[in-house]
Amino acid sequence: MDQLNAWFTQLLAGNAIFTANTLGFYWNGLVTTVQLVFLCLLLGILLAIPLAIGRGSKRWWIKWPIYAYTYVFRGTPLLIQLYLVYYGVVFFNGIQDTIFWEVFKDAFYPALIAFTLNTAAYTTEIFRGAIKNTAKGEIEAARAYGMSKGLMMRRIILPSAFRRALPAYGNEVIFMLHASAVASVVTIMDLTGAAYYVYARFYAPFPAFIFVALIYLCLTFSIMFVFRRLEKRLLAHLRPRGA
Amino acid sequence: MTNWITKTLITATLLAAPLAATPALADDNQTVRLGIDVPYEPFVMRSADGQLEGFEIDLGNELCKRAKLDCTWVEQPWDGIIPGLLARKYDAILSSMAITPERERQVLFSLPYYNTPSVWITARDRDIDIADKASLKGLSVGVQRGTIRDVYVTQEYGDVLDIQRYGSSQDVVNDLKAGRLDLTFEDFPIAVDAIDFRGDNSPYKQVGPSIKTPTSIFGKGAAMAFRKRDKALAAKFDQAICAVYADGTFDKLMHQYFDYDLSVRPSQQDCAQ
Repeated sequence: MDQLNAWFTQLLAGNAIFTANTLGFYWNGLVTTVQLVFLCLLLGILLAIPLAIGRGSKRWWIKWPIYAYTYVFRGTPLLIQLYLVYYGVVFFNGIQDTIFWEVFKDAFYPALIAFTLNTAAYTTEIFRGAIKNTAKGEIEAARAYGMSKGLMMRRIILPSAFRRALPAYGNEVIFMLHASAVASVVTIMDLTGAAYYVYARFYAPFPAFIFVALIYLCLTFSIMFVFRRLEKRLLAHLRPRGA
Repeated sequence: MTNWITKTLITATLLAAPLAATPALADDNQTVRLGIDVPYEPFVMRSADGQLEGFEIDLGNELCKRAKLDCTWVEQPWDGIIPGLLARKYDAILSSMAITPERERQVLFSLPYYNTPSVWITARDRDIDIADKASLKGLSVGVQRGTIRDVYVTQEYGDVLDIQRYGSSQDVVNDLKAGRLDLTFEDFPIAVDAIDFRGDNSPYKQVGPSIKTPTSIFGKGAAMAFRKRDKALAAKFDQAICAVYADGTFDKLMHQYFDYDLSVRPSQQDCAQ
């Protein structure tokens, strides 16, 4: 530890920008970004599964509202959605006195809500496409076994749909990580917020942003690595034998 | 690279300057041209009949009288005001220019002649004591990112206040009005303009004193700017600034235009020459 400390001190000597203080900012930013992205993806996927099933429903009053929701949230920029949730709620008179204000007062939860709704819309469409592409034969076989609709969905359709959706969902995760950079506009000190702070403080745009870009790159590669491994495992049956 | 270009440009400008047949500055009663960005109310504006007026116009004329110089005013938009000085379109800038290290590399500053403070603003019904640091714990404060006020709050209150940094001063005001912020720390003229905290019916009020120090953060205020070589001219105006402060002319002018204090009294040491 002492050795590490000494190495670190030496590394930081002779540069005015990357002091222990600003690196602390970057570290807190990293933690915030990872928290925010992980939580919104988790909540997003929980929302998206029922929505994707409903999206394929034959009943119009289930199908159309879900379609309208995904259409709106995929058709507008995330930044605008974030502004609407963060600054827009204030226009409901008296919201400051209700229990909702506990949630909307902080910047984190409005951002989490906007991000969750956004990623849930995309994920819904990804899953819905995968569900739609389930092989007819599998469904017929399930019916022949006398499975109910629920059981068929649980045992046959969803597991194979998840596998098919995996590559597209991996992209969505990476997009979400990159999109989370807009969180800094509503005062959240995420990675980009930390970079902005260092930039504004030292008038040094290049070091501040190149450093944060490298961190985003590392995160992206880690996500890609995880999804590669998952795809290799879960889609093994699609590879040619012996490969 | 950029530095090299700047140097070349400045050199070229300086070489080209004699061609424009600008009369060199003589000793006494020489016309001095003062560059100013119009309008910047109430520091400078145009009257109904097209004349320049305002606090800085009155102050500038007063300074020229003390320095025994004939002065004329030259209008120049802000973004070209330093290049215009270096290109000899005028001999000095008197246009609310704050002293910063970046500008100090290019121009020679006089003594500062005014300085606006920063102020703490909160809701009228809140009871907040800025001086009592312990009582501030957990309160949120909004500032514009990267400003001198951000630096001050981070340095002085970083351990107690929850600092929210915004991209623009308008966003800070929005969130104060939304009720997300307990406090904001604003530049005085901006606070007067956007929050109007001084009105009797205003839902906001100032708490604690107006802040101008430490100068290591807030700078020394607005000053006149000269070409680096015009040290003699700068010295004359330094003396003039000392004079208007010493005989109360500055205070008289200030009260004519402002109901708050923006004076930055030069020290004896600065004035002794």
